Amino acid sequence: MTTTTRLSKIALVGNPNSGKSSLFNHLTGLNQKIGNFPGVTVEKKTGVSPMPDGSMAEIIDLPGIYSIYPRSLDEQIVAEVLLDHHSTSTPDKVVVIVDGTNLKRGFLLLTQIVDLGLPAILALNMMDLAAKAGISYDFNTLSKKLGVPVVPINARNGVGIEELKKAIVNPSNVDLQAKIFNVWKEATNPVKELRAQLGVDNDYEAYQFLEQPGSLKFLSKDKQDQVSVIRNAHQFFPGKFQGAETIQRYSYIQDLLNEITLKSSDNTWKKNSTILDKILLHKVWGYFIFFALLFLIFQSIFAWATVPMDLIDGMFASISSYLESVLPEGVLSSLIAEGIIPGIGGIMIFIPQIAILFAFISILEETGYMARVVFLMDKIMRKFGLNGKSVVPLMSGVACAIPAIMATRTIDNWKERTITILVTPLMSCSARLPVFTILIALIVPDQKALGFFNLQGLALMGMYLLGFVFALLSAWVMKLLIRVKERSYLIMELPTYRIPKWSNVGYTILEKTKAFVFEAGKVIMAISVILWVLASYGPGDAVKNARAKVIEESKNLRLTEEGLEDRIAAYKLEHSYAGVIGKAIEPVIKPLGYDWKIGIALITSFAAREVFVGTMATIYSIGSVDAEDSSTIKERMKAEINPETGQERFTPAVGFSLLVFYTFAMQCMSTIAVVYRETKGWKWPMIQLTYMTLLAYISAFIVFQVMS
Amino acid sequence: MAGGNKSVAEMKPGEIGIVAGFTDDHLSVKLMEMGCLPGSSVRFNFTAPFGDPVCISISGYELSLRVEEASAIRILN
Repeated sequence: MTTTTRLSKIALVGNPNSGKSSLFNHLTGLNQKIGNFPGVTVEKKTGVSPMPDGSMAEIIDLPGIYSIYPRSLDEQIVAEVLLDHHSTSTPDKVVVIVDGTNLKRGFLLLTQIVDLGLPAILALNMMDLAAKAGISYDFNTLSKKLGVPVVPINARNGVGIEELKKAIVNPSNVDLQAKIFNVWKEATNPVKELRAQLGVDNDYEAYQFLEQPGSLKFLSKDKQDQVSVIRNAHQFFPGKFQGAETIQRYSYIQDLLNEITLKSSDNTWKKNSTILDKILLHKVWGYFIFFALLFLIFQSIFAWATVPMDLIDGMFASISSYLESVLPEGVLSSLIAEGIIPGIGGIMIFIPQIAILFAFISILEETGYMARVVFLMDKIMRKFGLNGKSVVPLMSGVACAIPAIMATRTIDNWKERTITILVTPLMSCSARLPVFTILIALIVPDQKALGFFNLQGLALMGMYLLGFVFALLSAWVMKLLIRVKERSYLIMELPTYRIPKWSNVGYTILEKTKAFVFEAGKVIMAISVILWVLASYGPGDAVKNARAKVIEESKNLRLTEEGLEDRIAAYKLEHSYAGVIGKAIEPVIKPLGYDWKIGIALITSFAAREVFVGTMATIYSIGSVDAEDSSTIKERMKAEINPETGQERFTPAVGFSLLVFYTFAMQCMSTIAVVYRETKGWKWPMIQLTYMTLLAYISAFIVFQVMS
Repeated sequence: MAGGNKSVAEMKPGEIGIVAGFTDDHLSVKLMEMGCLPGSSVRFNFTAPFGDPVCISISGYELSLRVEEASAIRILN
């Protein structure tokens, strides 16, 4: 952009389920991006929207909250944004979205924001539903009483959005805004001191500085200390008056509602929800429907996603080989064709599965069903140290642990959130699928049991179950080990059932996919390049002389040109740094039944687990065959002989040992990076890496020793 | 805080009562924020299949909470 004028910043706040994301999507369309709030590591959703006066406004979508007093990490962000009145990210206006069918609860937040002295606009959403319920309000009186513009909207179909935009560009007068809550007598002196010493420009804002010591990270250390000094000098205890404040606000709200309500709801319109809940939360049918839905979701991830995945894979393979043929031979070309392009391909290939999974999750959330899943699962999950809200991350973990771990932010209890983060990577993600597929094809006969169960299919399902069961067991162990007494809550709204808004589903898919591509992408890219270096270079000049050496060795073998190239590739890999490392770790992995060749594959799997298949292809010198042609890889792996026993290398014992190892091992740098970011330190990612590695090693050891 | 002799956790499906107070200060703040205020009417809707959590109607919407939390809400009846 060439304009130098500052974009005006408009923050959207509101209760969960008030239609905030619909409004955000309506205002910004596809001009959305995810960034980070300065200083904190929680992502910020912003978008640009054209205003009626020709200017552009930056719209900031804040997580849904019920009150300015935060209960979870998500909510704390909102408190910080709204309390910090002197930064570049301070909103110029705050649009408060309130569900028109339930003003009372939404008004609690509204009155707090009005008191904070931020220019507010009230957007009354779902006025169509309110009308259906027979509700009508006197908007003029409401606007006059609160001193803020009131705009009725319907965020689902966009009615009222233009009027809302007009209200956004209209100059506003904060002085006209009502003063609803008067700071307590006990707090008037500290509030005065804060305003004088720190230049806080509003009583209620200063009061919040006293109330929320945890939400002041935007202040410098000195200023934070100043706040504590004032708080201590006046013996102000945060939280002491919060209940009284809430009661005072609600009594104001009740008076206000009595004045502006022309006709109140008759509540008959909620009948449908009640009937649906009878079925969806039924003792038997409730769980049956939930598990049937899970089955449908997994079925579609595995069945439908393969078509676009094969397309993407084929595309990147052909780009790679095309570049190899046109680029002049050299280090750079090899880096591009064998390092970077496959690296990007390795990221893109997961997009279909992630998109499909989040399509489902988003539909379930849009309809209001997800809250019911939390309701159904809470008691069971709690036995394992988790929370009903852990279900979404665990489900997402089947596609990819990265968006799954980011989804844990809604869990307000620290211990339950940490345990959920720690066990989510045990859910078998899509990167494990190619590894499972080839190993199962290798060791499990393609037969039917009991007439219709395919043995290979059963084995695959077994691997997923194994991951899930161990996720629960590990959670249970951690529940006993992590000794933190923090009360856990589940005070959650069960929203009225609704037909999903499809554009919202689309935006969610886009957002999650983008988050994956950028979060995981960076790491996978970097590791791919490192692995390329490790696999292309080696100590001494063995790699450089590979060609001459192999030609010399196989003079009498009458190899085709392709066969020769394959042998050269295998020879190079064996003598590369990766090969050296593989041989070095052989003593460690031998008790699991692996040799150095499998060792190389274990190392390369650190970028992404499915690299296992590609590495196997290279190392068994079938490099020039399409790596996805798993039947060829399978044949080669089957033919591989263990020199010590004279038997085949991939016995069922080795195969199952590998399957178990891949189920439990934390072979994913991107996940480690995300856990580091989400837990703000190296402690938890290191604990996670250690326990998962131990679990993988010990289980694989037991499996191999018992089976062989 | 003042309270009746019965808690929301002891209500039967379909039963209606009036919130009288809370037996847990910390929880009361959260509950009141969600519209569960002394004097408002509360309807006990149903429990989850294993008896926990429970679903109530309060201030015009459905709220789910654990039995432990529901037992902190005292009702007049």
